[in-house]
Amino acid sequence: MTALVRLLRVLGGLFVDDGSLALAIIAIVGLAAGVAALAPAHPLAAGGVLLSGCLAVLLGNVLRAARRRGAPGGKRF
Amino acid sequence: MTSMSALPALTAAFLGSLVEAAEALTILLAVATVRGWRPAGLGAFAGLATLALIVVGVGPFLDRIPLHLLQLGIGVMLLLFGMRWLRKAILRAAGVIRLHDEAAAFASETAGLHEQARKLQPRLDWLATVASFKAVLLEGLEVVFIVIAVGAGGQFLVAASIGALLACVLVMVVGFALHRPLARLPENALKFAVGVLLSAFGVFWTGEGLGVPWPGQDLAILGFCGLFLVMAAAAVALARPRAVEAVS
Repeated sequence: MTALVRLLRVLGGLFVDDGSLALAIIAIVGLAAGVAALAPAHPLAAGGVLLSGCLAVLLGNVLRAARRRGAPGGKRF
Repeated sequence: MTSMSALPALTAAFLGSLVEAAEALTILLAVATVRGWRPAGLGAFAGLATLALIVVGVGPFLDRIPLHLLQLGIGVMLLLFGMRWLRKAILRAAGVIRLHDEAAAFASETAGLHEQARKLQPRLDWLATVASFKAVLLEGLEVVFIVIAVGAGGQFLVAASIGALLACVLVMVVGFALHRPLARLPENALKFAVGVLLSAFGVFWTGEGLGVPWPGQDLAILGFCGLFLVMAAAAVALARPRAVEAVS
């Protein structure tokens, strides 16, 4: 059982390193799916949301991580 | 789909697998240095056999999943996987976190095994075999995922498999010829490039799964690569002074 949990944790670690980044990516995909469903006449709008969202999320996450580095009680990488 | 997609798929699988194979080889060589090739080879063989079973077991199910669902699922996994790599590569390039050092990883693994040898002499061959097994299985799983992710969505599994196989063979030949880990491999530059490629594929397949008609079809992947590259370079430049400020 412990080995199975450890294996699942390792497999999960392949995709999730920083939880907030993973959640933000899922949120962007959900938003793009919502736009695709609500505006089927403009399918490129969903693509725009997806692409710009992913770029923005990554940039924001990196800058936040850089700011946190070295701060007292800040996250260790 | 045009043959234009085959080259990025092959390149992404090759570069990604190069990094994973180098990491597995580092641990394998550490085990072999401390306990000899028998437990190292046995563990590696068991790891490869388990990987083969997983691939044979999971592979046939891919054909049964509707294409747009497969593209969406793989796209999201690629985004999670690729952007995780890219984030780490950006933070390393900006000096926010330390670079991964295969020579240090080799030294640490070797020291760990020596310590275990001192404490647990009778069980050591078993532990050495398990260490080798885990390294090959886990790094191998990442290689399998990369191959499926960049190949399955666009029906380029063969191209992606060839890329991964070439990388594994290259790392094995060079590593065993040198008898030391590939410390000179520009690992962060590779992770940076693979992170960009996987993220671009992730956006493309997720969009395809959602029914987005990307302008230029497959060629859009190259445009996404360019955008992720520019954004990543900007992120490195912006994160570097922040990291320095925070430390000082």
